[in-house]
Amino acid sequence: MEKLKVQIIEQLNLEDMEPSDIENEEPLFGDGLGLDSIDALELIVLLEKEYGIKVEDPKEGKKIFESVKTLAEYIESRKN
Amino acid sequence: MDIYINGLGNISPQNTISSDNFLTDINEVNEKYMQVVQPVYKEYISPKALRRMSKIVRMGVVSAQIAMKEAGIDMPDAINTGTGMGCQADTEKFLKSMLDNNESMLNPSAFIQSTHNTIGGSIALGLGCNNYNMAYVHRTFSYESALLDSMMLIEEGQGNNILVGGFDEITEESYQIRARINLFKNSACNNLNVLNDNQPGALAGEGAVFSVVSNDKTENSYCKIKGIDMFFNPDNQEEIDTRINDFISRYNLSANDIDLVIVGKNGDKEYDVIYDNVCNAVFPESDIAIYKNLCGEFDTSSAFAVWAGSNIIKRQDIPEVMQHSKKRDGKIRNILIYNQHRNVNHSVILLSEC
Amino acid sequence: MSRKVYITGLGIVSSIGMNIEETFESLLAKKSGIKKPKHLTSVHKNDFVLGEIDISIDDLKNRLNIPENEAYSRTSMLGMLAAREAVNNAGIDNINEYKTGLLSASTVGGMDRSELYYRDFLTNDTHNKYIDIHHCGDNTEKIARDLGIKDFTSTISTACSSSINTIMFGARLIKMGILDRVIAGGVDALSKFTLNGFNTLMILDKEHCRPFDETRVGLNLGEGAGFVVIEADDIVNKSGKKPICEVSGYANANDAYHQTASSPDGNGAFMAMTNALKISGLSANDIDYVNVHGTGTNNNDLSEGIALKRLFGDNVPPFSSTKGYTGHTLGAAGAIETIFSALAIQNQVTYPNLNFKNTINDLGISPQTEVDKNSEVKHVLSNSFGFGGNNSTIILSKINNN
Repeated sequence: MEKLKVQIIEQLNLEDMEPSDIENEEPLFGDGLGLDSIDALELIVLLEKEYGIKVEDPKEGKKIFESVKTLAEYIESRKN
Repeated sequence: MDIYINGLGNISPQNTISSDNFLTDINEVNEKYMQVVQPVYKEYISPKALRRMSKIVRMGVVSAQIAMKEAGIDMPDAINTGTGMGCQADTEKFLKSMLDNNESMLNPSAFIQSTHNTIGGSIALGLGCNNYNMAYVHRTFSYESALLDSMMLIEEGQGNNILVGGFDEITEESYQIRARINLFKNSACNNLNVLNDNQPGALAGEGAVFSVVSNDKTENSYCKIKGIDMFFNPDNQEEIDTRINDFISRYNLSANDIDLVIVGKNGDKEYDVIYDNVCNAVFPESDIAIYKNLCGEFDTSSAFAVWAGSNIIKRQDIPEVMQHSKKRDGKIRNILIYNQHRNVNHSVILLSEC
Repeated sequence: MSRKVYITGLGIVSSIGMNIEETFESLLAKKSGIKKPKHLTSVHKNDFVLGEIDISIDDLKNRLNIPENEAYSRTSMLGMLAAREAVNNAGIDNINEYKTGLLSASTVGGMDRSELYYRDFLTNDTHNKYIDIHHCGDNTEKIARDLGIKDFTSTISTACSSSINTIMFGARLIKMGILDRVIAGGVDALSKFTLNGFNTLMILDKEHCRPFDETRVGLNLGEGAGFVVIEADDIVNKSGKKPICEVSGYANANDAYHQTASSPDGNGAFMAMTNALKISGLSANDIDYVNVHGTGTNNNDLSEGIALKRLFGDNVPPFSSTKGYTGHTLGAAGAIETIFSALAIQNQVTYPNLNFKNTINDLGISPQTEVDKNSEVKHVLSNSFGFGGNNSTIILSKINNN
């Protein structure tokens, strides 16, 4: 999950953030980290680039990107 | 109808961010192109907003903030912008990754931020401003069009404080590409000696200037903008002279009433001669000043000239670095800014004391 | 300030026709121009249907009599075709008889060439002549030279709302007395830059788009150009020409909600429509037909629909999106749909929203699905919205005394 946090920070240009600033279960969107729909699209690109996972329906992103934890679980499930 | 310039923000290759001094500490560079002195953006923009912004968006947003602060307004009635080339860095980024990755795995942010209205949109978003919002993108008419639109809005009663700006950014690639066809000089050039440089093309530059223009004269007012005109593709030198004379006479002035002409000489000898011809034929008695030795050539550089002209009228001081020929001593009441792009697009802006 | 602004000429090229006549026939025949592209070079060309104009760059050059070795983008040539038609359609012989301006719009300018030659631009001299035709104003300069316009030229780029804004700016220049006549419109050619860009946003439908349908998933891109000739009433009356309609209202507002998405309450759209009505002096009830922006994306259609309901209440007039015919032509869309609206008034006909089946549940309003030749069309409102929150509306009206 630490690696994933580094990748998120890099992909989304979260300049002043450290991986430790992101809680595993903290919501990425809305009141948590405050990401928006463009970030969701950037995360879809990240999944394809780094993990070879293609998300075809942007609506799927909502559940996957709830938190770093859900994202990690999703990556794990798609690997198997 | 006259409108007043009540606030200015200028991010340029000179030290223009603070309005305390006016071209007293000049940056002399010996480079292929001139780049802006960047402010500490974090002082102006939240990290969340900043993270997606390329240089041109940052310098546009910050210069707009500075202009609004100086004018003492927090919500403009309209936002008008001009940019010749727009968001070059993000356009290149998206274009190159599309070519390099064979049209796959592309990042949306660069595409979204590549549109020419990104700066006007970002300012509106930052302010929560639902008002009129326009982006003009016509080479060296971009800023002039935005300014004309602003004057019209005020005259129509559609607004009283209009935020109007011009901006362009230079990137290494966009410089290289245009130097290839001699639009820009191919080797380094000293900006303060640009008019004597013999390489073909102009010394490239960049910058962002915003102003708040208004119906109301305030304590902060720099000057009045009396009018703007643009004309395309003149047949010959006579047509240029005639159109400029006609423009001045529209405001019941004669050429002799123009105390200072600020011309867009950029070191491209092939086209700089046009300015000399106009000055000799139309303005033999006026002072002549230059400005592209300070900011380089870019499509919206006349916004820098408006900034400089406004300060000259307010301070009654023509900085030495701008002086091209000096013939007069009296008060500087009327300034004409004349810029042209390779004898295709010609524009004039008339500033007067208020 | 009492000058009125009349539309006296129309010129158009899109995937449903190379001129006004072909275009109008396609509109009545419910004939869409959206299909697999033939001319665009992209690895995705078989993945998407597009509103591509079936003409090659060489054929465009021939049609316009442009010398072989001159550098023209597809964008500029499409613009020239439509602008020439508009000027002919307006019956103008001497372009400089009155103070005349040209206002064009584009979102990516000469990108259709730049994306082919970009690597050459960086490494060799083989395609140098295309370097300086990249900027958005290039098409305007080309058209201005072609038509002989000198007094005023400018270009607007406010993403997908661009070309309503040129007509609005032109109308204001005429009302202010700065110009007497303006050729105003916009153009964009398909490019892989925009195709890939919209693809990253995941708002492209691989099938034919379904604007205002519950099952809509996105838009189809298209290309085209549209120009109108607008003239002051005093010079139109002097010439004895019969104008097509009046440009009675226009407005531009910013949604200021998000970089790309429209606000859930359709604020920008509502303000643009409300302000345009104010300028026209009409009330919402006077509008007989709305040509909606209706791109077919989830977000746009819902937000625009909510704005329509806010403005018109329970009496939303017949409306349709014509994007199912042409695709979304970006910088040309506003002008193309203004032309459709002008043709609606001229011919007293309104158009169907192609591919519509299911009403959006959260909205409860449905677009018109058939050609309507039986209703009176006096006032038409047309919307164009874009990234950066740029929302614009134009209102056209039938001229009473003819």
